[in-house]
Amino acid sequence: MTQLVNTNINGDAVGFNCETDETLLDVLRNRVGLTGAKEGCGTGDCGACSVILDGTLVCACLVLGMEAEGRKVETVEGLSDGAELHPLQSKFIEHAALQCGICTPGFLMAAKALLKNNPDPTEEEIRYALAGNLCRCTGYDKIVRAVQATAAELRGG
Amino acid sequence: MSADTRYTGQEFKSVGTRPLRPDGIDKVTGRARFGADINLPGQLVGRILRSPHAHAAIRSIDTSKAEALPGVKAVITSADLPDLTDGNREMFDILDNCMARTHAYYDGHAVAAVAAVDAHTARQALKLIKVDYEVLPHVTDVDAAIAKGAPVLHKDCFTRGVEPKPRKASNIAYRSEFGHGDVDAGFAKADVIIERTFRTEQTHQGYIEPHACVASISPDGTGELWLCTQGHFVVRQHCAELLGLDVSKLRVTPTEIGGGFGGKTHVWAEPVALALSRKANRPVKLVMSRDEVFRASGPTSATSIDIRIGVTKKGRITAGDATLRYSSGPYLGMWAELGAMTSFACYDMKNVRTVGLEILVNRPKTTAYRAPSAPMAAFAVESMIDELAGRIGMDPLEMRILNAAKKGTRSSYGPVYGPIGIGPTLEAAREHPHMSAPLGKNQGRGMACGFWFNFGGQTCTDLNITPDGSVTLTVGTIDVGGARASLALVAAEELGIPYDQVRAVVGDTSSLGYNDMTDGSRGTFSSSMATIMSARNAITILRQRAARMWDIPVAKVIWEAGCAKAVGKKYDNLAPLTLAEIAAAAPKTGGPIAGHNELVADGAGVSFATHICDVEVDPETGRTQVVRYTVIQDAGKAVHPTYVEGQYQGGAAQGIGWALNEEYIYGEDGRLQNAGFLDYRIPVCSDLPMIDTQILEIPNPNHPYGIRGVGETSIVPPLAAIGNAVSNAFGVRMTHVPMSAPRILKALEEAARDASEVA
Ligand code: FES
Ligand code: FES
Repeated sequence: MTQLVNTNINGDAVGFNCETDETLLDVLRNRVGLTGAKEGCGTGDCGACSVILDGTLVCACLVLGMEAEGRKVETVEGLSDGAELHPLQSKFIEHAALQCGICTPGFLMAAKALLKNNPDPTEEEIRYALAGNLCRCTGYDKIVRAVQATAAELRGG
Repeated sequence: MSADTRYTGQEFKSVGTRPLRPDGIDKVTGRARFGADINLPGQLVGRILRSPHAHAAIRSIDTSKAEALPGVKAVITSADLPDLTDGNREMFDILDNCMARTHAYYDGHAVAAVAAVDAHTARQALKLIKVDYEVLPHVTDVDAAIAKGAPVLHKDCFTRGVEPKPRKASNIAYRSEFGHGDVDAGFAKADVIIERTFRTEQTHQGYIEPHACVASISPDGTGELWLCTQGHFVVRQHCAELLGLDVSKLRVTPTEIGGGFGGKTHVWAEPVALALSRKANRPVKLVMSRDEVFRASGPTSATSIDIRIGVTKKGRITAGDATLRYSSGPYLGMWAELGAMTSFACYDMKNVRTVGLEILVNRPKTTAYRAPSAPMAAFAVESMIDELAGRIGMDPLEMRILNAAKKGTRSSYGPVYGPIGIGPTLEAAREHPHMSAPLGKNQGRGMACGFWFNFGGQTCTDLNITPDGSVTLTVGTIDVGGARASLALVAAEELGIPYDQVRAVVGDTSSLGYNDMTDGSRGTFSSSMATIMSARNAITILRQRAARMWDIPVAKVIWEAGCAKAVGKKYDNLAPLTLAEIAAAAPKTGGPIAGHNELVADGAGVSFATHICDVEVDPETGRTQVVRYTVIQDAGKAVHPTYVEGQYQGGAAQGIGWALNEEYIYGEDGRLQNAGFLDYRIPVCSDLPMIDTQILEIPNPNHPYGIRGVGETSIVPPLAAIGNAVSNAFGVRMTHVPMSAPRILKALEEAARDASEVA
């Protein structure tokens, strides 16, 4: 059964039709045309699909499209302010926190959610906060450093 | 064209710096397009039906109900991918793996496929396909597969590589042997000999991006394919051959690739997507689910290795002998062969023999995984070296240094080494602060070495000077982790211009000549060589153009710091011409300016690494945590040191996962029980410490800049480094990878029991 859903994505009012069994990830990628969130597993195990829903970090593959009704969705596409990169984005590039980059959108959203709640996390807190996001390329070293550097910059500025 | 590719020892301006990567912004903003991000108008959704049985004869497939379902545009079976391989066994195996013919050989083997208007319909259609299977006895274990009475996968499999040809078919597809000297005489000289059997379980490359492609074939027989792959030219070749298309009529465009590590060097679903598109006459998008990725793509070998090494009291190795059994799935591979070649490659062996046996089992076709086959062999050899050192009361580091291969050593697999890095990485380990740092309670420190060959191969690049004097570099090797930045650095270096003036892109199969895939750590090595030659060819033309602009002999024009300069007193008054000036004048001096190069990159320098690792074992549960890790590896020349570090760290992390946790678990029924990231657990951020790296630079004599491949070696040592660390903490020798908590706990309990029995 198809249903019309009204939601807000990255600050814009968006309406879409979706089937009852479609996930928010399906909707974002296939109906709204935002392919920044990735599907690495579809079962909530890799975090590549991480988005922020009403301020809370979620796996978009575990949320139904219809659940977005009346809510606010933030995806990686909304992270920068126009051409101005979010500090996390700049630090990820600077620190080479990405190799292939498939996990990057998910990590950026997870790191954003972390820093909002905890502006001065320890290394251990960063590692546990990002433990739901898999990266197979980097060994996480440079990701953790990029998040540390961002946190320091955000606190300093 | 033959060109001088020897190392010259030049000073570098760009190479060795750490600029930002050209694809960075796209990848942090969600703009980068990966395999599953490509969409075509009118595309259908493709899905594959897979065998639930580990081994079954396919009696018949009834697709009529699926075809009748509204919205279904094509249903295919092996009949739609007929055998055009003309006796080429390797191609036939690829075809059979893409779509089973008479038999399904593993849980997950493709047997049919559909293309429908949406995913929902495609899923429904799969349920309507009726396959009549005759379930056959199966074998998934590498040792069980060669035990008496094991079900034989292929009745026509008579072990190749043995004379005379065996009389009975078996699951041993191929036997290889390497070595030199007299092993028996070597063992006779040994004071201590240890013999052991090691086992490692099957792992998956675990790329986060599942295989994905969009295929489109027109009625005129031309086709287009977009996909995530490590080798689009190879994909074109294989797909064209399997579908009976002219190679030139299939255009393959690689997308960004979300990890491969060897697992995206083959075709899997792509020929199926093309066949669906041909039948439906519409574009078809086919994306594997994670479950399919685990069940039907990838994995490395499970292994069982018998090994024997002898040493003198003074620590010199007198002989090494190993028999390596590697599972290769249902089809012949070269996995045990690579294991046999790499096992003893770190050492100066007077007497050595290794035998590799390729074992067929009812598991997915084995595929390359980063330094394929080397980690398992190194687990066996490097564990034994530590144990032998312990027996003779020698520091294992010193024993390794004493036996390390060096320039002039005949390698255990044949060739004589040039300048190599094993000795220097060991010396660096000896000096490293990690080696002498204090250890805490329940902690142990281990070390191990690793080797990988590195490949060269066919390569081709285009370097175009654009009208404004900026440079486009088009390469044919896939960028798996920052190669575009490295190659732009190389072009900038050679042309004497800033990095920002060069844009490196990966060309599709229609824009360049054939390129081998990015495997064997060859991407940066070989494409940098072709880039250097392309730039030199462009410089020749730039000098000619400058000569024409000045109207002086070309011999009087040199290229320096990004400019043409006139030499000789006579031309003192001529101001240098910049690249931009020469480019702007191009329409009047002879047209567009470009440099091309095609070559077979020879002489990829071999690569060595030494790793140091501290673990902490919880004696109650056996849970093991890596608490400190150091990678020391030779890069030849690190073009972009940050990305070299990234390769070292990523490989080590994969090795750590393999060592401690990752394994394919098959049930009695031959079905894979953990086909998902929840149960096949790769390391997460909280499992790992920072991974320290030290880059050594021992120039490769066969590359103008001294570059060696760097991508693979660092997955080789971790298995043994961690095993040795556990051993040093608790005095137990781990011989089975992964060293999961239950296995370590069992080893600790057995050791405690033995100790109490002695007491
Ligand atoms: S795709 Fe949602 S967690 Fe993996
Ligand atoms: S950069 Fe490739 S998975 Fe993280």
